[in-house]
Amino acid sequence: MTDITIGIGGAAGDGLDKTGDTLARTAARLGLSVYAYNSYQSIIRGGHIWLRVRLGQEKVESHGDHLRALIALNQDSIERHAPEVEPGGVVLFNADKLRLNIPLRENVTPVPLPVAELTRTFGRVQPVMQNTVALGALLFLLNLDFEVAGTVLADTFAHKGRPLVDQNLGLARAGYDYARERVASLGCQWSFSRKRRPFITGNEAFSLGAVAAGCKFYSAYPMTPASAILHWLAAHGERCGVVVKQCEDELAVVNMAIGAGFAGVRAMCGTSGGGFALMTEAIGQAGMIEAPVVIVEVQRGGPSTGIPTKTEQADLNQVLGASQGDFPRVIIAPTRTADCFPTAVEAFNLAEKYQLPVIIISDLLLSEHPETIEPETLTAAVPIDRGELVTEPSTENGKYKRYAFTLSGISPRALPGTANALHVAASDEHDEEGILISDVFTNPAVRRKIAEKRLRKLDLALRDLPAPQLWGPADAEVTLIGWGSTQGVIREAVGQLTAAGTRANHLQVKYLHPFHSNVVSEILSRSKRTICIELNATGQFARHLRAETGYSVHDRILKYDGEPFEPHHITEQVLAILEGRPRSPDVSQAEAREIAYHYIRTHLVDEMRPGRIERADGDGRGEPVWRIEIIDRDSGKKHGELCVGISTGSTQALALDSS
Amino acid sequence: MATIVELPLETYAGPVEPDWCPGCGDFGVLKAVKMAAGKAGVMPKDLVIVSGIGCSSNLPGYVHAYGVHSLHGRAVAVATGIKLANTDLTVVITGGDGDGYGIGIGHFIHAMRRNLDLTYVVMNNQVYGLTTGQASPTTMKEMRTKSTPRGNVELPINPIALALVSGATYIARGFSGEPNHMADLIAGGIQHKGFALIDVFSPCVTYNKLNTYPWFKQRVYKLEEEANYTPGHVKAALEKSFEWGDRIPIGLFYKDLQPTYEDSEPAFRLGPLAHQKLGVDEPLLKSLVEELM
Repeated sequence: MTDITIGIGGAAGDGLDKTGDTLARTAARLGLSVYAYNSYQSIIRGGHIWLRVRLGQEKVESHGDHLRALIALNQDSIERHAPEVEPGGVVLFNADKLRLNIPLRENVTPVPLPVAELTRTFGRVQPVMQNTVALGALLFLLNLDFEVAGTVLADTFAHKGRPLVDQNLGLARAGYDYARERVASLGCQWSFSRKRRPFITGNEAFSLGAVAAGCKFYSAYPMTPASAILHWLAAHGERCGVVVKQCEDELAVVNMAIGAGFAGVRAMCGTSGGGFALMTEAIGQAGMIEAPVVIVEVQRGGPSTGIPTKTEQADLNQVLGASQGDFPRVIIAPTRTADCFPTAVEAFNLAEKYQLPVIIISDLLLSEHPETIEPETLTAAVPIDRGELVTEPSTENGKYKRYAFTLSGISPRALPGTANALHVAASDEHDEEGILISDVFTNPAVRRKIAEKRLRKLDLALRDLPAPQLWGPADAEVTLIGWGSTQGVIREAVGQLTAAGTRANHLQVKYLHPFHSNVVSEILSRSKRTICIELNATGQFARHLRAETGYSVHDRILKYDGEPFEPHHITEQVLAILEGRPRSPDVSQAEAREIAYHYIRTHLVDEMRPGRIERADGDGRGEPVWRIEIIDRDSGKKHGELCVGISTGSTQALALDSS
Repeated sequence: MATIVELPLETYAGPVEPDWCPGCGDFGVLKAVKMAAGKAGVMPKDLVIVSGIGCSSNLPGYVHAYGVHSLHGRAVAVATGIKLANTDLTVVITGGDGDGYGIGIGHFIHAMRRNLDLTYVVMNNQVYGLTTGQASPTTMKEMRTKSTPRGNVELPINPIALALVSGATYIARGFSGEPNHMADLIAGGIQHKGFALIDVFSPCVTYNKLNTYPWFKQRVYKLEEEANYTPGHVKAALEKSFEWGDRIPIGLFYKDLQPTYEDSEPAFRLGPLAHQKLGVDEPLLKSLVEELM
């Protein structure tokens, strides 16, 4: 066994994030690879958290497919997730509070923890400390080093004082000993290198990359899932010499960053899709006045306010089309957490070298999930290229030309304060010197040449951007294409396909604009079959690929339910496509159950849950349905039925009332 | 304060002549801005004039200085970024009433409550001129314009009162018919540490046939000539700000020294950001990474 996924489910306030964090940091300090993903369930009123932590001997790049251990902190988590636990796995829960009211899969061991009994000797124990007991038991089951977990707990609770640290250590030990005496461990054979690695999110990596690159100004308006950049930089700004400005709106955010960039500091701002929409006019301004600025767009589920705590890759059209007119911009979609740090550095260099807006397009998954990365990735020794700067006054005809028509398209930049290089940077069209040609001096020839000058910069910029490379065997049966954060999960699916006897290779695109059209066309011309994999509903990258290369992919695998891909989602659909099996958009049985949960939470009382689910023909509205028994959570007594349309997902209650 | 070496008007002579309508009030403002920069002794290389969009926002192109001719309504935000990036620079914002009190009013209010060291000159002609004569946020009630053919039904913004309640620390009103007086007010704003608003009656001779030079000349009087007025009290200034009719005050309404936003920014301890070295040293980076382990 090289890796294992643990799930922790509970309500907000159950303290499971801290439990997951302790588990993850323990494994990280032991030298294991860790990848965690925190998903906020929409099926439970008041919020429900479903955290998965995957531990690997080798690097793991997704939260995986196989749930082997579950800590259930409330009844919902047992009902919803215990059936997912695979044979050989365990389900841990507080036996004083919760009951196992659903059947487990074969060879799954329930571990009901007598929390009251185990905690009796520890004085007054907070309800959240049941988690520490479960964590202790899990440490034994996973063969993790208790002493190291102790160091993490000590660090975590240090600010609360020694008594609380000791209490937590004791509770964890009680859980550990209880499990050791009664349950067999899961048999994980680890080799602990004990190499310390940072456990870091994409947003933290962007922030660190920014300060390493010399970012001195960051502006933002609070918006999930980009806010963690604001929080990190606000907390560390003083030490790192960064001015962090929370603004009145995203119009101010981006315009301040552009002003700061014009005045000569490396400036960045961050937002999500909605905030980016407000910024778009100014992004064109940065292109027009040739001011460097870095914008991080962290996508969440859209459209409009959408699903703020869910992930998606559906803002590609927006960033490609942001702002009116033709102007140069660079758009980069980092592919993994470790890539976020160098991408931030690179973005500042490109922004200043080519004097244009650079957009980093991330997503909630990449920006918010933590994972271990190699510490060597994070270094202060980063390349810094400020581009062509005029420090001595230009003397060409005694007149500095801010927008000089050069062969490269790059006009050496002069910062305010430089003598004899005075100029006005105008959002109106202008000539080489910055004098407006929008009103009195309208001139088609000058207009044509300055428009070309600006756009010419992208020809050169493309040469700075590494071309994408095909990963995997050249003679593969199928090429999987992705962009941005999906690299890890697609590669894991390629591994699964290979294991299943299907040779696949993979092309991940990081640089979206300018686009390596020739390289990509060349690669795809040799592919036998291509499938584009995206976390959106309309295949925005497949469309972009066609626009840039004329190449149409054979098939697309699209997901837009707010949750990230798991490897099996991709593997199963690739096999279906290759075998010519239809991929049905119908409501699956599992989805019907989720819809039933939603109905119960919004219309009925919490004491109910979905029971037996079977397919039936017709509800009189032209589609077959899932008939779902709604039963009492304790007694199993049937209260009524809910019909869920298999095609549309419509709901119709039969003999159900909210009493 | 170091001795000020005043600079002559020609120091700021721009590359091209203004394309404003003959008689436009903005000519007076342009002259006053240059005079004020000279009075304050700001070298052209250290002066950045930031504007938005509108007739008056063309002003930076007519001055020998650095400038950003930014987007409609965004001048204050761009200027804020410039000032925070390099506190050595003198940043003056120029624009119109539509730009500042309409589409850009959010930035205007927030910049004032931050008390950034910026000087904002608003050429208030009470009409949209560049777009050929629609009602603006300061158009008087019942005035007929292309967009209000039956008369404007909305109350005009009161910029002086708004500035007083928003935390600006230097609040004045000038008139294009009194360019020397206006230049003194703007110079005072440049020299004031904190956010300075100079609202200027700058008549649009083409599209505003109500608030004309003669209309203002009959009404305006200088606060400096009022025996009992000193510009240090919010309540008294508020009272004056509502005076509108036969007598309309111009001059300095309010002035107070308060800590500026820049004063509270720890990152400026090492000097202006634009002059600081880039990046962090390895020990600092290592300690930041250690927090993640």
